[in-house]
Amino acid sequence: MTNRELAAALGLRVICPGAEREIKNVYCGDLLSWVMGRIPSDAAWITVMTNHNVAAVAVLRDAACVVLCDGAEPDAQLLARAESEGIALYASEEDVCRTAVRAVAAAGV
Amino acid sequence: MSEPIRITYEVDGEDFMSAGTASTDMKRVLRQLGLDSEIIRRAAIAMYEGEINMVIHAHGGVAEVAIYEDRIEMNLIDHGPGIPDVELAMSAGYSTAAENIRELGFGAGMGLPNMKKYTDEMTIETEVGKGTTVRMVVRTV
Repeated sequence: MTNRELAAALGLRVICPGAEREIKNVYCGDLLSWVMGRIPSDAAWITVMTNHNVAAVAVLRDAACVVLCDGAEPDAQLLARAESEGIALYASEEDVCRTAVRAVAAAGV
Repeated sequence: MSEPIRITYEVDGEDFMSAGTASTDMKRVLRQLGLDSEIIRRAAIAMYEGEINMVIHAHGGVAEVAIYEDRIEMNLIDHGPGIPDVELAMSAGYSTAAENIRELGFGAGMGLPNMKKYTDEMTIETEVGKGTTVRMVVRTV
């Protein structure tokens, strides 16, 4: 399943469309170094962290998309960096757990 | 043997916005050189953690990258406070990051452990009150 198909399947709001990517994993985490060390490649990264360093981790770890949960909004710098780096950035009104459960089921990973 | 490709990055200690610039740019260069994606990923993670460490703890510093035929060398040089207990700093989960840094999602205590995990060699030279130099090597063959 691609990131765009995931966004459609879960009814996520598209904050930044980014590049179309295949999703091969789903990963949850907010501590950036933790995520940096452990997130698998091509993952839908589900988090409540909204500052611009999220973009750096997403790029360096080749995340397929970032899903901000609980209605969290990206700060302006994260949005700018997502746009310049081509990162797909979505928003979910649900919490991390519910979003992740639905993402795993939808993507079949 | 041919000369290495050398790149130097100034890491701005006052600007969290720029943290990740050196590692992102290095990743782009390594990609252009056609290196294996897993090797690039490891080097980029290590460099990112090093950059963040210099921003959080040392008011910035310099990151020197040298790309040889068989390895990538990364030297992170700062004139920050130094590390009083390297063994403790190396233990996963230990962090001295301030609360405002933790709110940004840092301070998991995984920076140095990640740097060691993702490189083939890592050495730390540090002196309290003088600064720290971290040398990391990722072999490419």
